[in-house]
Amino acid sequence: MTKDEIYERLTAVFRDVFDDETLTIGDSTTADDIEDWDSIEHITLIGAVEDEFGIRFRMGEVSGMKNVGEMVRIIMERA
Amino acid sequence: MNSITYPLDSSALIKKRKKIRRELLSDGTPRLKKKIAVLGGSTTSDVVSMLDIFLLDNGIQAQFYESEYARYWQDAVFSNDELDGFSPDLIYIHTTTRNILERVSPKMTAEECDMAVEREFDRFRQMWEKIDERFSCPVVQNNFELPSYRLMGNRDVWDKRGMTNLVCRLNMMFSEYAAEHGNFYINDINYISAAYGLDRWYSPSYWYMYKYAMCLEAIPEFAFNLAAIIRSVFGKNKKAVALDLDNTLWGGVVGDDGVENLVLGEETPTGQAYREFQGYIKQLRDIGVMLTVCSKNDEENALAGLAHPDGVLKKDDFICIKANWENKDRNIAETAEEMSILPESFLFLDDNPAERAIVKGSIPGAAVPEMDEVENYIRIVDRNACFEVTGFSEDDLKRNEMYAANVKRGQAMKSFGDYGEYLLSLEMEAEITDFLPVYIQRITQLTNKSNQFNLTTRRYTQPEIEKTAADENCIRLCGRLRDKFGDNGVVSVVIGRKTDPETLDIELWLMSCRVLKRDMELAMLDELAEQAVRAGVKRLRGYYYKTAKNKMVSRLYESFGFSLVSQNGEDTVWELWLEGYKNKNGVIAVNGKPLQRKDGQL
Repeated sequence: MTKDEIYERLTAVFRDVFDDETLTIGDSTTADDIEDWDSIEHITLIGAVEDEFGIRFRMGEVSGMKNVGEMVRIIMERA
Repeated sequence: MNSITYPLDSSALIKKRKKIRRELLSDGTPRLKKKIAVLGGSTTSDVVSMLDIFLLDNGIQAQFYESEYARYWQDAVFSNDELDGFSPDLIYIHTTTRNILERVSPKMTAEECDMAVEREFDRFRQMWEKIDERFSCPVVQNNFELPSYRLMGNRDVWDKRGMTNLVCRLNMMFSEYAAEHGNFYINDINYISAAYGLDRWYSPSYWYMYKYAMCLEAIPEFAFNLAAIIRSVFGKNKKAVALDLDNTLWGGVVGDDGVENLVLGEETPTGQAYREFQGYIKQLRDIGVMLTVCSKNDEENALAGLAHPDGVLKKDDFICIKANWENKDRNIAETAEEMSILPESFLFLDDNPAERAIVKGSIPGAAVPEMDEVENYIRIVDRNACFEVTGFSEDDLKRNEMYAANVKRGQAMKSFGDYGEYLLSLEMEAEITDFLPVYIQRITQLTNKSNQFNLTTRRYTQPEIEKTAADENCIRLCGRLRDKFGDNGVVSVVIGRKTDPETLDIELWLMSCRVLKRDMELAMLDELAEQAVRAGVKRLRGYYYKTAKNKMVSRLYESFGFSLVSQNGEDTVWELWLEGYKNKNGVIAVNGKPLQRKDGQL
């Protein structure tokens, strides 16, 4: 899967989870950039991303994830 | 409304829940408002957001209180301003096997193990008793899922030193407590986790990272099961099933294939599946569900199919059989009218996706699950839990007989030219009493499910009804109606509250639609007037609060001879001075007294 393909699918997941059809994301996007992205929504987001790409993040990965770019990197390795 | 049915699309529900919620809230459906306190032993946010969606889908808009993480016991046992101020209509305790504090181990004696189980149970019992004391509202409590590992292998289940054994014993004790306490309901997480599959259910990483007691994907199914209890407690269960025949109750098309060629019975695997499904449907009668047929067929063929020697369901199991070529939504609407229930009270079962789409589209609120293959029918119907049993009143058990008697009354009516003569011919007898203990459950149930003949649509929990029953300032009437065709059970409830020495405010007046146009409301009014006068009351004050469903009683007080005293939009207030009140009922014998002449003075 190319990075563009991952971003396309990942954007759709973000838009569903945060219920915002205009949301855009990039490598440097963090929880601070999205108003509703709190610790609770974070869990839903992780679950939805795992579901979309059919992968499981490892425990250390989830807590260490700094921004969307890191998430994409892990997905590229796994999916 | 009721667009979400089992099997659930868990991943879409989790991902799109904000959108689903937004759309449900904007669909214009009137909803019951309820306050639900969730006391959790693990993270509850996702359970609550899923529960919220399922309740909205079932006509309940809940406001939630969530305890701080794992503070369920403290919240329940100690006073807490926030929870006290919230004053919940229902408390749900979300505990799981992770919250069991006591441990048993191979190093302990049997007596020590017994004591550990007792201590654990006592900790919960103490909490329930405290809640009852503080809030006396319905309580829903999870039992426990089986542990994720078994130290002693298979021995773990029978040896008291095994944790599996401890979980099983606790579950049994929870069940016994539920059997002895009304208003206390078990959310059977043990069943749901087993059905889901324990290995899939447990997600250790979600526990370590987020303190989730189960994996995220299981939460929709878990919350769906929980929502079934809550909607049942608040009177939002379905009441009847409308069943298609061809390829739903048997394999094949009776009109084309002939009765002898239908797939039904022990000879073939598919025939067995249909027969077992018929057996399941027949059992629904035992919990008070009313069965009807809604089939595109000539009536003659439909009846021939129902007379199939290997069929479990027979013609007489159905209250109403519609076999014709009309659209199904229309047939269901007509059936609903004949039975005096709302079309949205139906579960519609049909193998044909086109028919399901029509009914789903034109009867919002009706439950229309996807029926794929006959071997899955039972599970699909069962897991949708449209008829979740919480209260079990005598009426539930007799409902089918009562409605069948209604159909007979309809036939008798046709043979009378004069309606008054017809009413007299029914030889009606009413028993109008105070809220006797034996009727409390039925009264509560009626206040929660009567929508049409209901002047204020006030909903009461059982503790509220019990409180009202003990209130000296209240006049309470509970009316039961019998006639020569059968007993209708408790059908009408009135609560009047003395607001000043002269005035009785009628805060609740409802009647079951199964006794519409029988003058039962007049018998109730006569009794209310008599008791009010005896209590020194000079006037009755009645209220009509408009809802989407109670238009039929908007002029009820006017028809009783009350005068309009104020109006706010379509809500109205009415008064009747009792001096010179004349009895209005002349067709029902009340409380063993002979029929009174109409207009007899008090």
